[in-house]
Amino acid sequence: MTLPAVVLGLMFVGLIAYALFAGADFGAGIWDLLAGGTRRGAQQRDLIEHSIGPVWEANHVWLIFVLVVLWTSFSGAFAAVATTLYIPLTLAAFGMIARGAAFAFRKSITTLGMRRLLGAAFAVSSLITPFFLGAVVGGVASGRVPAGIAAGDVVTSWVNPTSILGGVLAVLVCAYLAAVFLCADARREGPEVLAEQFRARALGTAAVTGAVGLGGFFVLRADAPLLFAGLTGRGLPVIVLSVVAGLVAIALLVLRRYAISRLASGLAVTTILIGWAVAQYPYVLPPYLTIDQAAAPRTTLVATLVALIVGGAILVPALAYLYTLFQSEHAEHAEVGSPQPR
Amino acid sequence: MEQIELVLADAAENLLPARMQMAVSLGWHIIFVCFGLALPVIVVFTEWRAHRRDDRELHELSRAWAKAMGVLFAAGAVSGTLLSFELGILWPGLMGRFGPVFGFPFVLEGFAFFIEAIFVGVYLFGWDRMSPRAHILSGIPMIVSALAGAFFVISANAWMNNPTGFTMDAEGRVVDAHPVAAMFGPSTWPQWAHMYTAGFMVTGFTVASVYAVGMLRGRRDRYHQVGMLIPLTVASIAAPVQIVIGDWIAGNVARNQPVKLAAMEGLYRTGTGVPLSVGGIYYDDRLRYALEIPWGLSLLVTRNPNGEVVGLEAVAPALRPPVNVVHLAYDSMVGMGSALLALAAWLGYMWWRHRRIPRTVWFLRAVAVSGVAAIIALEGGWITTEVGRQPWIVYNILRTADAVSPAPGLYFGFYAMLAIYVVLTVFTVYVLRRLARTHSTAAPQEIDAPPPGRPDQEDAVR
Repeated sequence: MTLPAVVLGLMFVGLIAYALFAGADFGAGIWDLLAGGTRRGAQQRDLIEHSIGPVWEANHVWLIFVLVVLWTSFSGAFAAVATTLYIPLTLAAFGMIARGAAFAFRKSITTLGMRRLLGAAFAVSSLITPFFLGAVVGGVASGRVPAGIAAGDVVTSWVNPTSILGGVLAVLVCAYLAAVFLCADARREGPEVLAEQFRARALGTAAVTGAVGLGGFFVLRADAPLLFAGLTGRGLPVIVLSVVAGLVAIALLVLRRYAISRLASGLAVTTILIGWAVAQYPYVLPPYLTIDQAAAPRTTLVATLVALIVGGAILVPALAYLYTLFQSEHAEHAEVGSPQPR
Repeated sequence: MEQIELVLADAAENLLPARMQMAVSLGWHIIFVCFGLALPVIVVFTEWRAHRRDDRELHELSRAWAKAMGVLFAAGAVSGTLLSFELGILWPGLMGRFGPVFGFPFVLEGFAFFIEAIFVGVYLFGWDRMSPRAHILSGIPMIVSALAGAFFVISANAWMNNPTGFTMDAEGRVVDAHPVAAMFGPSTWPQWAHMYTAGFMVTGFTVASVYAVGMLRGRRDRYHQVGMLIPLTVASIAAPVQIVIGDWIAGNVARNQPVKLAAMEGLYRTGTGVPLSVGGIYYDDRLRYALEIPWGLSLLVTRNPNGEVVGLEAVAPALRPPVNVVHLAYDSMVGMGSALLALAAWLGYMWWRHRRIPRTVWFLRAVAVSGVAAIIALEGGWITTEVGRQPWIVYNILRTADAVSPAPGLYFGFYAMLAIYVVLTVFTVYVLRRLARTHSTAAPQEIDAPPPGRPDQEDAVR
């Protein structure tokens, strides 16, 4: 591996973390949207708020990493993507603002009407943000972003079959991840019926995601032949692994082994992303710009690499501490909504 | 050829909306940055004092401020995320070309911000759950990472003012990038000190003004007195320090960006024994109706009443910033800063001589408006440095007009963003007002607070 590939690889680790953690957050927002009326959905919404409350900010910082590593070390590619795909990126950013703000303020607002409005903003933006980010990936992967500033078509670069597929898959994957994550949380903290509800949703979403994924291969064959060749060629082992992990996760869900199913589901999503990366290697912007062509001067790459390693050495223990702190707290309290000592 | 002309036309059309979009989103974000810098320090200090003295009011105050810190941090986080998108979407000519040189501190800032987000979460969550010592210690990483994060972002901005750490070939391509050297240009340290101190002034005066308003409405209990006095003391210490730093930064601007200094003062002719001009309007290459303090500017930037100061005439008209905007913004900053210094001196004198706050209601009134004054000073200073750099985005190297994205339709984003920020502001102010009134309101990072609107079961039992 060359130095640029190593730096890009580390960026990709950040992207995977974003997809898994923020993805589950987005999915939770989608289930919030589908939880039903104010009274009927209250229990589910409580669980969702309880599960993602304290960490939502941390989960979304991963994207900042992806952006800053890209603009420092692959500046030309970053500028090309940001300008050609500025419409879906702006909409995704607006979604992130609406989502973060709504979730942050919802707790402090008492009137029911306002709470509904904020809840709706939270839920709808949880749906549109992953969709537009998925569409961005589709635009890049299907070779619609040429190198150069605003060199591509600002509309067809993201309104095309591969982008729509990418957007829909992103939404489905988020919803699936959240349902699986919430199963375990619900069993630990809520009534059994809540866990069963999320289990049924996880299984349903898995079936839909699988179907869309299969159909997607035909879309890609027609619309993005280069990506298709990569996925069915060099990327095939990774994709097979993803399918296997997905099936194992479903089996574990059926058996109600939620904790291990989380891991298998995470692996399935991770391998989809890795499959995409392997399929388009060695291009950053297929078929226009390779990783080595797009890379910044060596001094910048070395500085970035050192920063990522040293920063990671500080960050990962801190993050682990945060998650342990919240998880142990979760374990202590038996039921959602039970009064807490204050 | 026709195609290229079309694209260029778009870029010219995009320049103003893109600048306005960046101005609004940064001008909004910078207020929250101030709270992110100073509020953790004030909260942790107050909590520490509360434990030391076993003081109920101090406990209540630190808790209330910690919640406000959580809301402000959340608002700052979302607006900061938008900024990282905007840098690429609006200014590809800057990021695409110079990202390898000055993008690096943003990588470091990513880590600093991440650590800060984690420990803001830990700190708010850990209230009443950790031992006092462990809880106070968990506040330290928030303070350190905020300090470091501000340094990284400021170093990137300072680079735009005084670009260093790279060489370019004949076509203007960056051939030799030294991202670490680029972080330590001549403007970095003064700009960082200026921003960090501004954070304490804005936060101190704003928080104090909330309690001053309460006292003016008759709530003169100890809670309100202490609630005003702690942040006001912090701000009053910061105010004179800021004057010294301001002098440092003015000298630095005079040396490294003489045209910016000339715009700040509305000075057209290069000359010696130049007066300091306050107010006035600049047109036809002259500042009119200004109050002049003889030899003032020469003394200020050269330490010599007859020192030479460069005027706007030194560069072609196209390379001058919009003088009235810069001059007015600069005067607003200096004016507000001086008024705040006077307020700090008033408090300091009374405390020194009489060990009490001034008894007159005018003191409370002055404190009540000091928060707004501090924010005006902050925005004035920020406009001075950003607009004063125009027409350059990278000083003397890349023009803003050449960095803007030529993508068609970009200006719609500006209107959409304006609408979103209006809503975001309304909600932030509403939530903060609620937090000030009722302490049971939860901060976003707290998980176990019962959602308001439903009766707390515990209370219902009682």
